[in-house]
Parts: sequence; structure tokens; C-alpha cells
Amino acid sequence: MNIIVCIKQVPAKDAPLAIAGNWIKESDIGFEMNEPDSYALEEALRLKEKHGGEVVALSMGPERVKQSIKEALAKGADRAIHIAEDNFAQLDPLGSAKALAAAIQKEKADLVLTGLQSDDHGFGQTGVLLAALLDRPHATIIMQIEVQDGKMKLKRELEAGWFQWMECPLPAVLTIQSGINKVRYATLKGIMAAKKKEIATVSRESLGAAHEQTQKIEKIYVPTKTKKTEFLTGTPKEVATKLVEKLKFEARVI
Amino acid sequence: MKILVITELRQGKWNNASFETLVAAQQIAKDTSSTVSALVIGKGVGSFADELAAKNVAEVLLVEHDLLEAYTPEGFGIALKQVIESAKPDLVLFPHTYQVRDFAPKLAAMLGKGMIGDCIGYRNEGGKLVFVRQMFQGKTAADVTFTGAAPWFASFQSGAFRADLLGAHPSGKASMNSVSVTLSADQIRTKPLELFKEAKSAVDLTQAPLIVSVGRGIKAPENIPQAEALAKALGAEIAASRPICDEGWLPMERQIGSSGQTVAPKLYLALGISGAIQHVVGMKGARTIVAINKDSNAPIFEIADYGVVGDIFEIMPALTEALEKAK
Repeated sequence: MNIIVCIKQVPAKDAPLAIAGNWIKESDIGFEMNEPDSYALEEALRLKEKHGGEVVALSMGPERVKQSIKEALAKGADRAIHIAEDNFAQLDPLGSAKALAAAIQKEKADLVLTGLQSDDHGFGQTGVLLAALLDRPHATIIMQIEVQDGKMKLKRELEAGWFQWMECPLPAVLTIQSGINKVRYATLKGIMAAKKKEIATVSRESLGAAHEQTQKIEKIYVPTKTKKTEFLTGTPKEVATKLVEKLKFEARVI
Repeated sequence: MKILVITELRQGKWNNASFETLVAAQQIAKDTSSTVSALVIGKGVGSFADELAAKNVAEVLLVEHDLLEAYTPEGFGIALKQVIESAKPDLVLFPHTYQVRDFAPKLAAMLGKGMIGDCIGYRNEGGKLVFVRQMFQGKTAADVTFTGAAPWFASFQSGAFRADLLGAHPSGKASMNSVSVTLSADQIRTKPLELFKEAKSAVDLTQAPLIVSVGRGIKAPENIPQAEALAKALGAEIAASRPICDEGWLPMERQIGSSGQTVAPKLYLALGISGAIQHVVGMKGARTIVAINKDSNAPIFEIADYGVVGDIFEIMPALTEALEKAK
């Protein structure tokens, strides 16, 4: 089973964000593998260990994303494709997906995995768009994958505590929910082995994935506080009485 | 401008987020002198379309087919593409549900269009619509505009608009139009199987009008019953922030936040919750937020309507008593 995992590199969780127009200043902060994508990578490695085949890590972005690609190789991906694009933070979801789809089309993958969304843009569209562009069936927010006789039985998370089993033929595209598995750490042996693994770099232009933007992020900003908090003071008993009155006669919610 | 709202049913009932999106559409329509059409899709769902016709919409579209009985992304995508091509809306709005995330971007892409997903609001800037959505997990907001030609696709986050503001039809009933679609079984490659819940006692917090929620301030599992007593006196569901569920003090299904449920109740009472963004994204749509926390700098107070700086272990029993008395 040949699997391509799409991995995005995003600002580290604790990175202080300095806003610059419609993106952030990248110079002084650390980056890491998008957390949902690390679950997708782990799932790909587990499927390979069970069913054989290879795992290819695919990532787009400037030179810095190679750090996340190397992490994927150290964890067990067999090889990697880097789509070089310095301006990738400015691409809309469809533009990104077109470039990824063009790279995937050159491969012979049975399964394409992505995390369910990225921690930076948070569009949550890449996997679904890849299915559209590659004309493959798809399923999203997946919590379990069982492969049998060329098709998959999937456990899909729904809202409000519900799940659903579904069947999906191969080849297909899946988006993986965080928490589906326990992500492994790279071993020293894995890190050493990764140095010999292939990273094929292609430019986005060379993939012929020309795209007219459908949307534009005009600017980003720190959200403004919209509510005025009324503080209630006094003894616990007084506060309790005041609060019940407020909820009953002012907010009228009880 | 012609706005089309794609409503959603969940196991034979309305998904309430549909009404929030209808409210968003009505407001945009008012701001831009547009009309709103509402669409119901499925099989045997005419009564839901009837219900929508009594709302303030210009028209209700009913899309029915045997192959639309159970949701599949391909079935819904192929059917809705045909409807959009014939109805020619300028703006197509969805509630940002798991189901919409599963098919709407693909639907837009099949028409060569883009989608702005998970919006929390909009502005009308001289006829140009600016959609507001969150980035960096709520640490920043972003203004996003469409750059290409219509139709445009957008979805609104649960709680972004108030479902109770939904206007009734001014003169009785909106017109109802059945739209026939062509769909064959071989076009649907995935097969939905049974629905199930992991835990038997699973609750749907999204439908709860009142919620009492506990955070790290509760300190120990033996203190949970005090919060439960308060919830009982209020007639509320009990919920928690992630750390409480990770510890197993309350079941995972009661978790509110980015990795749990997103709720928009009438009242959200936060006990000892600091208000980390991962939690806030799951409850900021509540109509009234009460925060009780000993730290006056806790970020939860930034979104609270009523705040009490104090010891939850003193206030919980006092509040429980006051509520019992007020009954």
C-alpha cells in the first residue's frame, strides 16, 4: 500500500506572533509540524507496517519546511517531495491543493492522508479539495482505518459524541482526526537513516498548477474585546443573590 | 444579490446551526438588498421545507432523491452542483458543521470556486462583503474577501449568529419549489454504515440551553459533586474544560472546546476556568457568560457578561442555595 502524507509546517504553538499585514513575521519564531498532520503521518506509518508499501511525505513551502520533512523521514517515511514555494502562506486553499494534487498525480499512491486542519490558517479544506481535484472518494475526521480486500472500513467522527462506520474503496483521500493514535518519537537510528533518504524538490511553477486566487486575506489582527463585564461583589451570599437576580431579570436566561 | 442557504438535518431533526446561518443570511440580505432562498436536501423531508417556508425567506428549494436519504459527500455534492447551476445564487451559505466540512469545499471546487469556511461574522464595506474568520487557533482574526466571480461559498461557525433572531415570513408563506436532480448509484463511491455513540450516556451539549462548566479551579475529583449540585439547581448540563476530562474527573463527552464540543447555550457558567483559547472557541457563542474565578486577570473575564472574582468553593454552595430559593 503506497501512501502519501501531506504535511504542513506551522508556527510553533508557543511562538509569539507578530502580525505583518495579512501574515506574521517569520524571522524570529520557531516552526513545527502541524499537529494534526503528525497524526496522519503516524497512521500512514502504521498502515505501512501492517500492509507493506511505502510512505511518501509531501510538503510545500519555503526552505524551512525541510526541517519538518526530515522529521517525517526520521520517523519512518521512505522518501519525501518538497514543493518549493516561498509565497505559500498567500495561497488560498484551492491554490495550495492544486499544487499538492499535481505532485500527487505523478505518483502511484493508493491512499492520500492529511491532518483535518492546520493550526495556522485553519482552512480545513486541503484533503477534501485533493479528493475533488484527483477525482477520488474521500472521508474526513477519521478515527480508525481497517484495510481489507482493496477497500477500507473507516470510523468517522461526527458531532455531539456520534461516530459512523463507512466503507470507502481505494484509491482514496482521508483526513485524520487528532488523537487517532499515539504519535511516535524519532529514534537516533531513524534520524541517522533519514540522512540517506531522498528529498525531491520541485518548484510550484514546474508542476503547472497555475491558479487564479478565489479569495484573499486582506489583513489579520488581534480580535477586539466586544463585551463589557459587570463584576459582582460582596459576600458569597450577596454575590449569589445578585447573580440570580441578574440572570432572571436582566439576562433573562433562567 | 441572491443568497442560498443550505440547511442541514441530523438524523431526522434540524441541526440548529442551520437557523443561525439563516439569520446570517437575513442580515446580509438586509444590508445588501438581497433575497434569501433556503434549501432542504434529503429524502422525505418535505415537512422541513414546509417549516422553512414560514420563515422570512423569498423561496424554499426542496431537493429530494432516493440516493440522498443518507448523507454521502458525493451524493450531496453532485446534487447541489446541479441546483446551484440552475438556481444561480451569488452567495451560498452553510453552517460550519462536520458534514459541511466534508463536502462543501469539494462542491465549490467542482464549480471552480473557492470557499471561505468557519466565518464568525461579516461586514458590508460599500457593497463588498468582508468575511471575518479566525486564524492561529483564535489568536488572530482575519478579514477575507472573495476575489473571483460569483457564486461565492462561505460557512458560519456555530454560535456566530443567534438562531432566535430568525424572522418569520411577513405575509404567510414563501413559495416552495422542488428541484429534481439526476444521480446514479455508481456516482457514490463511499458507503455510509451504522451510526453509534462510544459511551452509552453520551449527551448532546450543543442542544443544552444552560451549561455549568468546571475547569482546573475545581482542584480535585471529590469537588465535582458541588458543581453538579449547582447544575442540578439550575437545571443545567455539567461540562468541563479539557484538563478535567483528561484527568478522567468527568467523561470526555462533556468536554467543551476545540477538541470537544462547541456550544452556544443561553447561559454558560464557568467555574474556575481560566479561559484558554482552546476552551473559549467552544463556548464564546453563549448568549450570557458568567465567570467565577479567583484570578481577576483570567482571560475568561474578557468574554464574560458577569464576573465574580472569588473562591468557587464559597460561591458554589451559596449560589446553589439562592437558586433553590428562587424556584
